[in-house]
Amino acid sequence: MPSVSMTVNGKQVSGTVEPRTLLVQFIRENLHLTGTHVGCDTSQCGACVVHVDGASVKSCAMLAVEADGSTVTTIEGLAGNADVLHPMQEAFRDNHGLQCGFCTPGMVMSAIDLVNNNPTPTDHEIRDWLEGNICRCTGYHNIVKSIAAGAAAMKGQKAAAE
Amino acid sequence: MYEFSYHKPSSVADAAQAIGAADDPKILAGGQTLLPTMKQRLASPSDVISLRGCRDLVGISSDGSTVTIGAMTTHAAVASSADVQKAIPALAALAGNIGDAQVRNRGTIGGSLANNDPAADYPAATLALGATIVTTKRELSADAFFTGMFETALEEDEIITAIRFPVPHAAAYAKFDNPASRYALVGVFYAKTSDGPRIAITGAGQGGVFRSTEIEDQIAAGKTPDSSSINESDLNADIHASAAYRKHLIGVMAKRAVAAAG
Repeated sequence: MPSVSMTVNGKQVSGTVEPRTLLVQFIRENLHLTGTHVGCDTSQCGACVVHVDGASVKSCAMLAVEADGSTVTTIEGLAGNADVLHPMQEAFRDNHGLQCGFCTPGMVMSAIDLVNNNPTPTDHEIRDWLEGNICRCTGYHNIVKSIAAGAAAMKGQKAAAE
Repeated sequence: MYEFSYHKPSSVADAAQAIGAADDPKILAGGQTLLPTMKQRLASPSDVISLRGCRDLVGISSDGSTVTIGAMTTHAAVASSADVQKAIPALAALAGNIGDAQVRNRGTIGGSLANNDPAADYPAATLALGATIVTTKRELSADAFFTGMFETALEEDEIITAIRFPVPHAAAYAKFDNPASRYALVGVFYAKTSDGPRIAITGAGQGGVFRSTEIEDQIAAGKTPDSSSINESDLNADIHASAAYRKHLIGVMAKRAVAAAG
């Protein structure tokens, strides 16, 4: 069986996988990082979104072997420590951007990729970007509010760091 | 998903060799169609040959009259390329509206063309712009490349390496997308080329993407395009739209594309 190694949330990890092992299975079952969810398993719902080499991807539509040598960030890797959330996570909490929370890891990972590409997205751009993330509770309104607030907070954090 | 053997060659020559040595191989580009298909057990290749190691298949270059895009270039890279935005803005816009952001980060132009999904966007641009598909064996005109629904002129061990798009005088893509899948119910790509107008229609035809010389003649004559010449019995009908509705949409999308190209 092929062996894979990658950097996940800043840590070097490796494992032996079947070629057909999906990246999301490797993350959840080998690394026990269960924050990344499997929703539809047909690459539509976006609950499994992670970052691979800085870009958001659906980890249920990527083989683990294809991520060999990559840098992967999951929802667990966002907050620097257990007490301080990432500004986008904080914005979802502040704006009631979730109800059941199942879609939230994917929403947050997708939202951060949007803001990395477009630091000041309009509501329309946020809604357009969320094409690949399905939420069955909120009606999206508070998610859009959360992402707008999270984008502003990320900008503030970046400005403070400079 | 059924078991398979995985190969990651570092050159297309090695990839072609791996294809030749396998019982029932499939080439893996971005995997955004192939992997979901394999998960549903609609495809069960014995060997999956990944092109991810072939780094020279990624990239975009432009010399003013031609834009060349490597087969493994993602939709996101095409959409955000300053070269493509400048030379063929309609192509960049098309790439930026395929599927969703995560699909665009993985899906590739070569994979889309080799699959030739009858509702995919890239085949319309490739055919309307009169692009050249460069493979490991030869160069194919878009007119010769697309041979039917999910069918192309590619041989078993032939791999797309790049696509060369001649820069048109003007172009636009009008897509009526399925609100759930974002695939085209009907998409019309119009290109004003030095050989006259070219129109390619995706999403509608039972044989996949096709040109309408009747609509091209209407545009060349300065008339408003209409779809009365399209044969309804050649069009798809499914739960999303009847053939008659698709025929109507072809006229509407052609008008919008011509108007948008200016």
